[in-house]
Amino acid sequence: MTGRLRRPGAAAAPAPAPERAGKPGAQAARAGNPAALSRPAGQRPIVPSATVTARALIAVIAIMTFLAGITIGAVSAVSNVAAEWTADIARETTIEIRPGDGLDVEAALAKAVEVAKATPGVADARALDPAATARLLEPWLGTGLDLANLPVPRLVAVSLAATADAGTLEALRAGLTLQVPSASLDDHRLWAERLSTTAHTAMAIGLAVLALVAAATVLCVTVATRAAVDAARFVVEVLHFVGARDTFIVSEFQRHFLAVGLKGAAIGGGAAIALFFLGSTLPSWLSFDRQIDTLVGALTIDLRGYGGIVGVAVLVALVTALTSRATVYRTLRGIS
Amino acid sequence: MVRFENVGLRYGMGPEVLRDVTFGIPPHSFQFLTGPSGAGKTTLLRLLFLSLRPTRGLITIFGRDAAKLAPDETAALRQRIGIVFQDFRLLDHLSTYENVALPLRVQGREEATYRAEVTELLHWVGLGERMHVLPPVLSGGEKQRAAIARALISRPEILLADEPTGNVDPSLARRLLRLFLELHKSGTSVLIATHDIGLMDQFDARRLVINQGRLTVYD
Repeated sequence: MTGRLRRPGAAAAPAPAPERAGKPGAQAARAGNPAALSRPAGQRPIVPSATVTARALIAVIAIMTFLAGITIGAVSAVSNVAAEWTADIARETTIEIRPGDGLDVEAALAKAVEVAKATPGVADARALDPAATARLLEPWLGTGLDLANLPVPRLVAVSLAATADAGTLEALRAGLTLQVPSASLDDHRLWAERLSTTAHTAMAIGLAVLALVAAATVLCVTVATRAAVDAARFVVEVLHFVGARDTFIVSEFQRHFLAVGLKGAAIGGGAAIALFFLGSTLPSWLSFDRQIDTLVGALTIDLRGYGGIVGVAVLVALVTALTSRATVYRTLRGIS
Repeated sequence: MVRFENVGLRYGMGPEVLRDVTFGIPPHSFQFLTGPSGAGKTTLLRLLFLSLRPTRGLITIFGRDAAKLAPDETAALRQRIGIVFQDFRLLDHLSTYENVALPLRVQGREEATYRAEVTELLHWVGLGERMHVLPPVLSGGEKQRAAIARALISRPEILLADEPTGNVDPSLARRLLRLFLELHKSGTSVLIATHDIGLMDQFDARRLVINQGRLTVYD
């Protein structure tokens, strides 16, 4: 005001002296104990941050991001497990030698292994010895079996190389038909098809749940953000009336709510990532037995899953910021 | 500076709350706007402050037709008009200093460029010792002076004050009037909306009397 306003002199217009207020807080501040309500000069954020509404919004964002992150992680884990099952089965195939009159089973097994190993695309072939075969039958026939007295088929486990294709199995089948007539090839096609169907069904259900959770997250965050901006309508009005341009007001609120969104999303997304990380590492730390390891192992997700959780957290923060932007513009239109 | 010609305003489909209002605010002028409660004083102030658009008539502010202003132009014109609200409208999470500095801050100015200016103004209105406290611990009169300082900080060409003495005792009301007069002497046009006859009797100034939506000017 220098140059425009004259400081009032003693005879002119003396500045009003601070008058007494009856409030205890005011008296405390005047008494030199204003710690709670006085602060040194500085640039506090124009949009208040430490409000109940802001804290509630952070909690809503964190919870919804956590739920969306869990869903993304679960879908990713199911996808990984299903792909792993299908790949495992597709990588393995079995040659079965049925005992018959006058058949030298051991010779047939050796021949089948030889034929398999000679087939392009086969990585390894290994005949299961009688002891291994007996272990396979233990759950049904008990221990101490003498396979020599039973017409039990013998197996050759064949592992396919990564380069194997449909032609590999056809070539193997043709070779066996020609050189080991007593052998039959089980390519697990039926199992693979069933598992593939199950995996696709699980993925479809997972994606449907993910879509619902994503929609619920966006709706919840949008409504909560609108409520938070509406609670700060007074600030919008004051800024509007002191001559702030709409773009200034909008950018202040957008920056504030982007920070709120990132904070909530970081808490929720971080919790989801921590859960999956612990789920994938705890079994080995705690030396769980194989069954529990297998069960908890379903929580394991890959980098794509972690990336999905980070992505949803960023999306939630952006939704928060953009919703605040739209709500402030709507408020400004209402004021004018 | 400001010209109203046959201005009328109605809210929605209701009756006209302002009818054929014609008047002007010349440069370096001082006037009271008065009338009974509900007569339309605050509505007229809102029109002057560009927060309402008339349903008919012409409002010209600083040579610009108010009906044709883009939002950014409105904000720029509003920076040339200071307003003191009856309910102060201070932000409780900002200190007195920050509230007063707000009009400069929203213009994008760095704090270092206005710190001395704000501090000087706060001392001028008697709040030099209270600049770092938050509004909840200010008394009614202190809030009033903080609101006045906020309206003055951007050196407005027109100052509008809505019932500035409505929440203070007669002694402080007189001191506030002296403050407005001092401001008027420095070249700012001042319009004070009040129904405090005692306050108006203290200074012989132009009176705009509004009653049942019609305005009469007593020069």
